[in-house]
Amino acid sequence: MEYVIEMLGIRKEFGNFVANNNITLQLKKGEIHALLGENGAGKSTLMNVLFGLYQPEAGEIRVHGKKVNIANPNIANDLGIGMVHQHFMLVENFTVTENIILGSEPTTFGMVSLKKAAKKVRELSERYNLDVDPNAKIEDISVGMQQRVEILKTLYRGAEMLIFDEPTASLTPQEIEELIQIMRLLIKEGKSIIIITHKLKEIMEVSDRVTIIRKGEGIGTVVTAETNPNELAELMVGRQVEFKTEKTEATPGEDVLVVKDLVVSDYRGIDKVVNLNLNVRRGEIVGIAGIDGNGQSELIEALTGLRKVKSGTITLNGQNITNLKPRSITEAGVGHIPEDRHKHGLVLDFPIGHNIALQTYYKPPISKGFVMDYKKISEKARQVIEEYDVRTGQGEMTPARALSGGNQQKAIIGREVDRNPDLLIAALPTRGLDVGAIEFIHSRLIEQRDKGKAVLLISFELDEVMNVSDRIAVIYDGTIVDTVYPKLTSEQELGLLMAGETRQQPDSLTKGGTE
Amino acid sequence: MSGLDILYFIIPSAILYATPLIFTAIGGVFSERSGVVNIGLEGIMVVGAFTGIYVNLEYGEAIGPNVIWFAILAALVAGAVFSLLLAVAAVSFRADQTVTGVALNMLGAAVTIFLVKLIYDKGQTDMIANSIQRFEMDGFELWGINWFPLANIPFFGPLLFQNVYSTSLLAFGVAIVAWFVIYKTPFGLRLRAVGEHPMAADTMGVNVAKMRYIAVLISGALGGIGGAVYAQTITLDFSASTIAGQGFMAIAAVIFGKWHPLGALGAALFFGVAQTLSIAGNQIPYIQDIPAVYLQILPYVLTILALAGFIGKAIAPKASGTPYIKGKR
Amino acid sequence: MMSNRIVNILVPAISIIVGLVVGAVVMLVSGYDPVQGYTALWNGIFGDSYSIGNTIRQITPYILAGLAVAFAFRTGLFNIGVEGQLLMGWLAAAWVGYAVELPRVIHLPLAIIAAAVAGGLWALLVGFLKARLNVHEVISSIMLNYTALYITNAIIKSLSDGGFKTETVLPTATLRAQWLRDMTDNSSLHLGILVALAMVLVMWFLLEKTTRGYELKAVGFNQNAAEYAGMSVKKNIILAMTISGMFAGLAGAMEALGTFQNASIKAGFTGVGFDGIAVALLGANTPLGVVFGATLFGSLKYGALNMPNEAGIPEEIVSIIIALIIFFVACGYVIRLLLEKFGSKKEGN
Repeated sequence: MEYVIEMLGIRKEFGNFVANNNITLQLKKGEIHALLGENGAGKSTLMNVLFGLYQPEAGEIRVHGKKVNIANPNIANDLGIGMVHQHFMLVENFTVTENIILGSEPTTFGMVSLKKAAKKVRELSERYNLDVDPNAKIEDISVGMQQRVEILKTLYRGAEMLIFDEPTASLTPQEIEELIQIMRLLIKEGKSIIIITHKLKEIMEVSDRVTIIRKGEGIGTVVTAETNPNELAELMVGRQVEFKTEKTEATPGEDVLVVKDLVVSDYRGIDKVVNLNLNVRRGEIVGIAGIDGNGQSELIEALTGLRKVKSGTITLNGQNITNLKPRSITEAGVGHIPEDRHKHGLVLDFPIGHNIALQTYYKPPISKGFVMDYKKISEKARQVIEEYDVRTGQGEMTPARALSGGNQQKAIIGREVDRNPDLLIAALPTRGLDVGAIEFIHSRLIEQRDKGKAVLLISFELDEVMNVSDRIAVIYDGTIVDTVYPKLTSEQELGLLMAGETRQQPDSLTKGGTE
Repeated sequence: MSGLDILYFIIPSAILYATPLIFTAIGGVFSERSGVVNIGLEGIMVVGAFTGIYVNLEYGEAIGPNVIWFAILAALVAGAVFSLLLAVAAVSFRADQTVTGVALNMLGAAVTIFLVKLIYDKGQTDMIANSIQRFEMDGFELWGINWFPLANIPFFGPLLFQNVYSTSLLAFGVAIVAWFVIYKTPFGLRLRAVGEHPMAADTMGVNVAKMRYIAVLISGALGGIGGAVYAQTITLDFSASTIAGQGFMAIAAVIFGKWHPLGALGAALFFGVAQTLSIAGNQIPYIQDIPAVYLQILPYVLTILALAGFIGKAIAPKASGTPYIKGKR
Repeated sequence: MMSNRIVNILVPAISIIVGLVVGAVVMLVSGYDPVQGYTALWNGIFGDSYSIGNTIRQITPYILAGLAVAFAFRTGLFNIGVEGQLLMGWLAAAWVGYAVELPRVIHLPLAIIAAAVAGGLWALLVGFLKARLNVHEVISSIMLNYTALYITNAIIKSLSDGGFKTETVLPTATLRAQWLRDMTDNSSLHLGILVALAMVLVMWFLLEKTTRGYELKAVGFNQNAAEYAGMSVKKNIILAMTISGMFAGLAGAMEALGTFQNASIKAGFTGVGFDGIAVALLGANTPLGVVFGATLFGSLKYGALNMPNEAGIPEEIVSIIIALIIFFVACGYVIRLLLEKFGSKKEGN
């Protein structure tokens, strides 16, 4: 058996925290090898060790059977290891070619010979069917294209072993399909691939073998053909996992949120939400399904007053809240779990207790006008921390930054739900969380619904939308192109709708937006 | 003075005042492009000015008029060494760049006066005997032909080529070379990448720390030259008030020039005009009616207006001002 | 592991010690006697009641400049423009001090308030540029420093009909008090120190006890979250910058009404504003820390004036030391790293 890469007994510490312990991963030539683990399990750390960004405390790495010391990415490159990063490592205002040649520029008379480089990039692009324009600027091309530029970067340097870090996170279903084709073509050309992911379906479809790590520990390696998603999930989480969320049938009441002909533009003045119509009723969860970048962020920002509405109306319980200030909307009865909890949801340098007061700090009993009662903040915080099982370490004075992602999110949900809003907007509420926290959050959303509140769930994860929602509105190019019921649809159909295809039924709504 | 006379007076004088700014601002462009804000340019210029005057005074008699070049060379080295403090703090020690820059300014001012008192036992140096002199570009004889008699060109001759400082020519040269280096060479590509997205550069095997060190050292070297040129053409001695804001004005030129070497060149020239008018404006009709204070504050106000987007939006390199910490997302 | 609190105190403490040691080395290398030098420095600060009085007088504007910088830092802003705001406050206080005739109970407070308003307005400009037009406050305040210098000089020139200083402030507007002078052997100690200490309390109360303080800090730490929580980010930025500028303006009032009794044309900056950055940094941006920082730097600055007389050492040595201390505090990351290594080694034994 020929291994191209062997990582044996790797251990990596950050201060007192052990990110990787005794992990072994062996990559065969010509295989696609999945590295599976929950968020925070240590997958990226392990790959950064392989790529020379971190140095391991123990264990050894062999490439083609020879022990190596990968002190920096240059050595990894020289060994034929290339990395396609999850957060693309691209300079936005550079061209594709400039990004690809950076660090190993071809020159004539000391000058960068961009023409020569562009020609080589074009050749590589054609050979691997990547269809990339070497002279386009990164800021002008799509996310899928940017990923191909990342792949080209490794190929340009002659990589034989490619690491893909969560490559499907922000791709459309079509782009995912194309990526899988590209990976297969790479294998055919003799490359070997490690793919980091926590998505079981992709693993089953694309990989030959799977190495699983849990909480930094190596669990083992299995052959994909001899396993199934349930077994993989159990290995990953360490216990039995329920894929279906338990919930009763919804009994929707009257409209809480009604959105009519909404148009919202982004900071460049381009319309990102176009004539969008939507309603959410008491006692139901409406899921917005769609691929990242189809106007979800702008829609949420418009609903919560963070972005100006260009035209159209938003009403809450019959009251027009279009273009009101965020605080007025909050007080009208909207709770908002923001899509980026670090950016919008929390002041990370505040204690978690002060964060729990973020929406109520200005009102009695906390604020007495000019002066503020920090004792009352602590009281409220302790109550929410208790009710929502927020693990803090040092109580309400723990800095928010020191909490895990799941506990930060629980605190945010506690803060928002505690105000008892009629409409709860949950944007990507489980992004980056482990299975336990995801289950907790889903059950809290359903609990709100059962209390007769309206819940609007925005998610990029099809599983989540299918499992939690009572009704699914599909967003594409800034407009709701169709509304379906989880029970009457399939992931395939949703995937097509999300990609802008119309449903093959007479009652389907017309497709909006422009191509 | 007639209109043409005024122009013949203002333009050479503006170039004179702009020259030190050009050197220093180009230095600032290098540093900022690599992601290091260099507030310490003022202090670096002070160090350069002191070094220049010191070398000029000490070796002027022995070397003669050419001592100015040795002085400039010494200032280049002194500026680079001094800027090493910023590089170490901002790049290796993750210090706040603005705070370090402020410390550099204080240190430059204090160390130089300390040295002046130590060496000369008084608060300021004597005047130098060999200052940077102007000359006329009236060409040179070869094969019986007078080549490039630029000073004889009507209008442009008196405007640009009759009262030329060799340091000004050097400054223009530096600006053009900087443009070439930043936009045409692998070094420049890496420099810009490091200032925009250091982690991307790092993953491509570009040594971010090394690039930033080099850029800061270049800014120190050019800032040192700027100081020496200013002292040897304009004040001709060194005291606490020799460099009074020129470094900050160079920062203004970097921004007003939109972080582009040729832009910085243009901005420095423009500020040179403003300085000329504020100093010598009382000899010029119309200008003499404008209170000097308006001309004095013009460069600063214009820079603010440029940043505010009234004169085309100035956008800084993305990673400017932030230390790069390996392995942090 | 060492507690965070101890490290937070150790970093400035080590910086000060290293700064003083390097200062001694510089003196030694330059052929001076460091012991003699530091003795002269000590005597310059504490030698007699006159020195002590003048040292406290020197500390006064440092406290206020430090508060200005620290307040801005706590609200997420870097106020490098204290110099300009101080000059504006200085001029305003001096003008109100001599041009208006009022009973002392009104005149003195009015002159002080005028300085705060002038400094505040000058800083408001910076806040406005940042909040509305996205201009980075460091750059705009640097530019406004020079603008303030030239403008105040021009105004002083025209107020004094071409002279270089304004009239002396009236007795009803002065911060000087005979009993303080009597107590300190005719030093120029004035009542301003009380104003400065009162402002220390004001900053503490504002940040730690008020609803507005909570908002200002939230905006300082995370503008997006503040906006999400319904706070007006723009309003709070402008307000924070204005309050910071008011502290700076008050520092100017100390010079106008206490130390100098007038406003005069300046060739360059006073340096107090930049030293304020050092003060705030050393004091970790807390009100009490600022008092310590100001006491240290103010004492050093005043005591230094005694060094040429008593030890024949240029007073600039102290500016070198102060610059080095800031430099070391700014490099606190490395000191922390060394402390941690040292701490863990000890544990291992």
